[in-house]
Amino acid sequence: MAWAKKILRVNLTDGTCKNEPLNMDWADKYLGQRGLATKYFVEEVDPKVDPLSPKNKLIMTTGPLTGTCASTAGRYSVVTKGALTGAIACSNSGGFFGNEMKNAGYDMIIFEGKAKKPVYLFIDNDDVQLLDAGKIWGTSVWDTEDWIKEHHQDPMIRVASIGVSGEKGVKFACVVNDYHRAAGRSGVGTVMGSKNLKAVALRGTKGVQVKDYKSFMKAVDAGKAVLSGNAVTGEGLPAYGTQVLMNVINETGALPTRNHQTVQFEGAHAISAEAMAEPRKSDGKPNLVRNAACFACTIACGRISTIDRTHFTVAERPQYQVASGGLEYEAAWALGAATGVDDLDALTFANFICNEQGYDPISFGATVGAAMELYETGVIDKKATGGIELKFGNAKALTDLAEQCGKGEGFGAEIGLGSKLLCEKYGHPELSMSVKSQEFPAYDSRGIQGMGLAYATSNRGACHLRGYTVASEILGIPEKTDPLVADGKAGLVKAFQDATAAFDSAGICIFTSFAWSLEDVAPQIDAACEGGWSVDKLLEVGERVWNLERQFNNAAGFTAKDDNLPARLVKDAAKVGPAKGLTNQLDKMLPEYYELRGWTPDGVPTNETLNRLSL
Amino acid sequence: MQKSLVIIPSKCTGCLQCELACSYDNESMFNPAKSRIKIFDFHDKGRFVPYTCTQCDEAWCMKACPVDAISLDAATGAKVVSDELCVGCKVCTIACPFGTVNYNADTGKVIKCDLCGGDPECAKACPTEAIVYVDANWTGLDKMRAWAEKTDAGQQASA
Ligand code: SF4
Ligand code: SF4
Ligand code: SF4
Repeated sequence: MAWAKKILRVNLTDGTCKNEPLNMDWADKYLGQRGLATKYFVEEVDPKVDPLSPKNKLIMTTGPLTGTCASTAGRYSVVTKGALTGAIACSNSGGFFGNEMKNAGYDMIIFEGKAKKPVYLFIDNDDVQLLDAGKIWGTSVWDTEDWIKEHHQDPMIRVASIGVSGEKGVKFACVVNDYHRAAGRSGVGTVMGSKNLKAVALRGTKGVQVKDYKSFMKAVDAGKAVLSGNAVTGEGLPAYGTQVLMNVINETGALPTRNHQTVQFEGAHAISAEAMAEPRKSDGKPNLVRNAACFACTIACGRISTIDRTHFTVAERPQYQVASGGLEYEAAWALGAATGVDDLDALTFANFICNEQGYDPISFGATVGAAMELYETGVIDKKATGGIELKFGNAKALTDLAEQCGKGEGFGAEIGLGSKLLCEKYGHPELSMSVKSQEFPAYDSRGIQGMGLAYATSNRGACHLRGYTVASEILGIPEKTDPLVADGKAGLVKAFQDATAAFDSAGICIFTSFAWSLEDVAPQIDAACEGGWSVDKLLEVGERVWNLERQFNNAAGFTAKDDNLPARLVKDAAKVGPAKGLTNQLDKMLPEYYELRGWTPDGVPTNETLNRLSL
Repeated sequence: MQKSLVIIPSKCTGCLQCELACSYDNESMFNPAKSRIKIFDFHDKGRFVPYTCTQCDEAWCMKACPVDAISLDAATGAKVVSDELCVGCKVCTIACPFGTVNYNADTGKVIKCDLCGGDPECAKACPTEAIVYVDANWTGLDKMRAWAEKTDAGQQASA
């Protein structure tokens, strides 16, 4: 139980939709969501496939806990071969789409092929239809969601869709649900767009069941008590959101600034959680309206914000003078510190546009930062940028490019290539701050050594959500390690990666792991699902999933050479702050990491490792 | 002492744990679609507003029911639907001015809040105390206390 035990297979080429039973042997080995969908994906898809070809598949997937009352259990993921990276992609989103999918009776939806013309999938429990998306193709995520609810005369429908950027092939397009929750990274929305699939609209009223309600409620209540009693999940995140980190990381000397040229941003305070709460001059109200939760979440880290009505971005545009999803830390960093822009309203506006047009603010902001460096060093000029004065700190340049990128127009379309292709195009690949073509998130690995290894080895390219050693190195969770030393980080990274893969396969939010260990999670899963789910079994699932993803990437053509960092991080020492004089010591950590993983010095899992994990 | 549910929208984060708890109590599974309490997300305004039956004294639904399937639970003040008696005519759903009685097509009966027999699961599940269950005669007490404090602070400042 807890699993719906049913998947929906949608062949877009033929226009067919079929139910299949969930493979329960695989569920026992891969649990659900990230793990289980990856298993289906690697079994069915050639690793060498072009991400944008009809032969690539895209899976929307829930975990066994999704839809139950376990805290944060509304998550779903999109698994595919990423358009940005060419590696295995798995992007996780909150909101209310995952629980609705489970309530409609599906663990996963597998999309194959490519529709002849734009379509959207409509699901009302067992009633499944592919419908003409002619009226919504070319419109934004927000308009698509509104149109579908109106068209079907049902405000309770949940929608996940792509914006114009995903249709136009922006490489880091996402799939957005509930207006501002996104399966954000690696270009999963770009793949969806390449299939002519505009949206998935769901209504599910069947309910979700668990194996043993009595023990389940007991485990869930215990878990919730841990979350509300914890300083991070009970106080910091609800009050400040992830933005609680802006000033902390800046002081640590690990806030990548102006395309990682330096590690502290003089404008950090102006774009921080604290600034979001300060009343502004024009109307005395703060940027932050309130916090908001995803389905079943006790933490409620989400930000709902407004933009100053007198700000240049919205003064003439009442449609943006509303409350919507506000800045999270990663977005505030990428749109702000990475570009040198310290105008909170400009950042909030750019963030609204990212949500409205469906693309990843991290890759976008970081790529704008790279383009700014190209501009300031004279590699590109106004002729290339279409007249935009692309200097660090130029808020107008940022917001103009946000709108262009959303529509796949002008220089914004070039930003939509991502930093790797953009910098290569102009002859400076070294200026792309990325791993496996995916831009770094908001932590400079010179000041947080473990993150360098986590980025280099992340299976979906540079990412903070694959092994968040920041928790240990900065916040002291579960125990404090020194962010400036590389010793011991190989083991730390592996432990975080494996545990994270288990959390991601369960249907819950990784932010619970600030307070929960697998000791808190295992009893919830065990009460919900058959299979005897202990901490050890979950850890084994996590490690198995990690190796499975790695095998796919290796088969796709990635090698140990791709487990690297840009020269800037391993050759140019940090100039200021606590990490002054330090580079990232990846070369020390990587061999130890391979050994701990049971991989050859070339980063390939040994037969012994594969056997141990029954792979 | 009779108690009432009091809803404080400004505290609500929109997490739907109340809907989950309500559906679990009433349907023995997790199914917000069958919850007696609903959260309304006024997205453009950043407001989440929980809404459910307020257990009117002269309940329109109870008066309208042609087969007397809705009765008063004297202990809690709740108006309770009897599944045995309800014929699914939906007259109560029309009579209720607030829309809080709704038809359940899966069972052919109507569903509405029954205060969980005096132990509301929604209030217990709410992590922010946006739903509380308090003395029916003093539902304004918390607001009065807050204003009393404010008034007093003003007087102290001017004294
Ligand atoms: S912690 Fe934040 S992101 Fe995670 S489920 Fe809760 S509100 Fe959503
Ligand atoms: S009191 Fe009980 S029946 Fe009424 S809304 Fe709350 S949980 Fe549902
Ligand atoms: S449980 Fe409380 S905070 Fe969550 S939606 Fe219900 S009333 Fe709002």
